[in-house]
Amino acid sequence: MDFLLPFFNSLPNAAGQGLIWGIMAIGVYITYRILDVADLTVDGSLATGGAVCALCITMGWNPWLALLTAVLAGMLAGLITGLLHTACGIPAILAGILTQLALYSINLRVMAIGDPNAVTKVTLAVSVNNHDLLVSSRFVRSIGLDNPLILLAIVTLAVILLLYWFFGTESGSALRATGANQAMARAQGISTNFSKVLGLVISNGLVALSGALLAQYQGSSTVDMGRGAIVIGLAAVIIGEVLLGKAFRNFALRLLSAVIGAILYYAVITLVLRLGLETNDLKLLTALVVAIFLTIPYWKGKYFSKRAGKGGAVHA
Amino acid sequence: MLDIQQVSKTFHPGTVNEKTALRNLTLHLNDGDFVTVIGGNGAGKSTLLNVVAGTLFPDAGTITIDGVDVTRLPEHKRAKYIGRVFQDPMTGTAATMQIEENLALARRRGASRTLRPGITRAERKEYQQLLQILDLGLESRLTTKVGLLSGGQRQALTLLMASLVKPKLLLLDEHTAALDPKTAAKVLEATEKIVSQARLTTLMITHNMRDAIAHGNRLIMMYEGRIVLDISGEEKRQLTVEHLLEQFGRVTGSDEADDTLLLG
Repeated sequence: MDFLLPFFNSLPNAAGQGLIWGIMAIGVYITYRILDVADLTVDGSLATGGAVCALCITMGWNPWLALLTAVLAGMLAGLITGLLHTACGIPAILAGILTQLALYSINLRVMAIGDPNAVTKVTLAVSVNNHDLLVSSRFVRSIGLDNPLILLAIVTLAVILLLYWFFGTESGSALRATGANQAMARAQGISTNFSKVLGLVISNGLVALSGALLAQYQGSSTVDMGRGAIVIGLAAVIIGEVLLGKAFRNFALRLLSAVIGAILYYAVITLVLRLGLETNDLKLLTALVVAIFLTIPYWKGKYFSKRAGKGGAVHA
Repeated sequence: MLDIQQVSKTFHPGTVNEKTALRNLTLHLNDGDFVTVIGGNGAGKSTLLNVVAGTLFPDAGTITIDGVDVTRLPEHKRAKYIGRVFQDPMTGTAATMQIEENLALARRRGASRTLRPGITRAERKEYQQLLQILDLGLESRLTTKVGLLSGGQRQALTLLMASLVKPKLLLLDEHTAALDPKTAAKVLEATEKIVSQARLTTLMITHNMRDAIAHGNRLIMMYEGRIVLDISGEEKRQLTVEHLLEQFGRVTGSDEADDTLLLG
C-alpha cells in the first residue's frame, strides 16, 4: 500500500491536468457529439495553442492576451479544416488530418519566431521564474489564490456557461440541427456548410485554449504535446457519458460531465503510473479504454436488436 | 407561382448507367393550385421535386418561383420559398431535438440565424395551440425528443413545420408512402386541412391513384421524364381510376400502365 500516499499527493496535479484537458474534451464534444464529425485537427491545434501562447509570453505579452491570441490561432486552424471539408469537398476526417499534419510544421516554426539562432524548435520553455503566468503546476498544492485549480475552475465554468448560452441561440440551434439531420437543416434554410465550419472553429478555439493553459501549467510548449489528444478527448467525453449520462440531461451538465470525465481519466492515469506502469504505455492504455467503451454500446445494440427481432427493416 | 421551363436532367451521362429523368419538362402552377403528380417508378416524379427544391440542379432549363429565378440557388437559400415533407418520416425532423426546438427551427426558415434566443416563451404558447389543432396529443409534449414519436406523428409535425412560415410552394414527396393505411389517411386529412386553410400552392407526389384523384384541383401524370397527362377543373372532378388508366394507355401507346401504376 506504499503507493497510496504518493498517489494522494499527486491528485491535485491530476485535477489540474484534468481541468485543462476537460476544456479540450468540451471542444471534442462539440464536433464529435453535436456536429457528428470526428475532427482530427485537434492533435495539431492543441500544440498550436501551446506554441502561440508560449511564444507570446516569452515576447513579454500579457498572459491573458497571449491566451486570446492562442485561441484565435486555434480558431484559424478550425477554419482551415472547415473550408477543406466544405469548400473543397474533402471528407472531414481527412481534412482534419491534413490540417493536423500541416500544423506540425507550422508549430515548429512558430516556436522559433524571434530566435536568431534557430529556424525551428521542438520545445519552448515558459518558466514561472521568468514570466508572469496565469497557471503553474508548481503551486498546485498551495493554499491560496495562486493555486492554479481556482483559475482553471473559473475558466472551465465560463466556457460551459458561454457555450450553454450559444447553443440556445438561433445560430447555435442551427448548428445542433446540422449535426442532427442535415437534410432537415437545409430544408429549414440552414447553411449546413456554414454551421460545420462554425462548429470546427469554436471547437479548435477551445482546444487551443486548453493547449495554451497546458503550456503555462507545465512550463513549456512542445511540438508533441497534442499527440493522441483526440483520443484523450474522446476518452473524457465517453467516461463522462458512461458515468453521468443518465443523471446529467441538461446541456451544461453534459459539458460538465466531459470535464469530470477528463479529471477521472487523469486520476486513473496517475494511479496506474504509481502502480508501476510506464508513461510510454499510456497511449496504448488510452486507446484500449476508448475502443472498449465505444464497442460496448454497439455490441449491446446488436445483441438486443437480434434478440427482440427488430433487426433488418426497422422502418420500411 | 411556380414556373418550370424546358427542364432536363440526365444522371450518369456518357456511361452505361445513363438515365434521363426529365426531358424538356415545362409546367406552370398558378397561385393556390394543388397539383397531384403520379407516375410509375423512374417516371421522374422525385427528380422533378428535387430540382424544384434545389437538392439537384437541372442540366438545362429554368425554374422560377413567384418571379424569382431559383435555378442555380442552393437548397438552403431556396428554402425561404419552399416548405417540404419527405417520404421518409426520419428526414423532415431532427430526432435528437425536442418538438418545440424543431418547430422553432422551422419558424426561422428564410431568416438569418442570429445570436438571439433560439426559442422564446411566446413561441412556446403558439406551438402549443398549433399542436392542439393538429390533434395528435403532442401539445402537452413540447419538450419530448422527436425521435420518440411515431412515423405518422413525425410526418404531421413536418407538415406543420413546412407551413409554419407560409411557403410560396409546398412540396410533398410521397409523404404518406411509409405509413400504414390508417395513419396515411390521417396525415392526408391534415394535409388537406393545412393546404386549404392557407391556400398553399402545392405539388404532391403520390403513387396512389385514388389519393391523386381525391385531392387537389389538378392532376398530372409523368412517363419517361415527361408530363403525359394534365387534367384539371371539371374533368378532374369527374375523374375515375378506370378513366385515368384508359387515358394513360392512349397517350403513351402502352398498356403497361396497370402494372406500373397500380402496384405500390
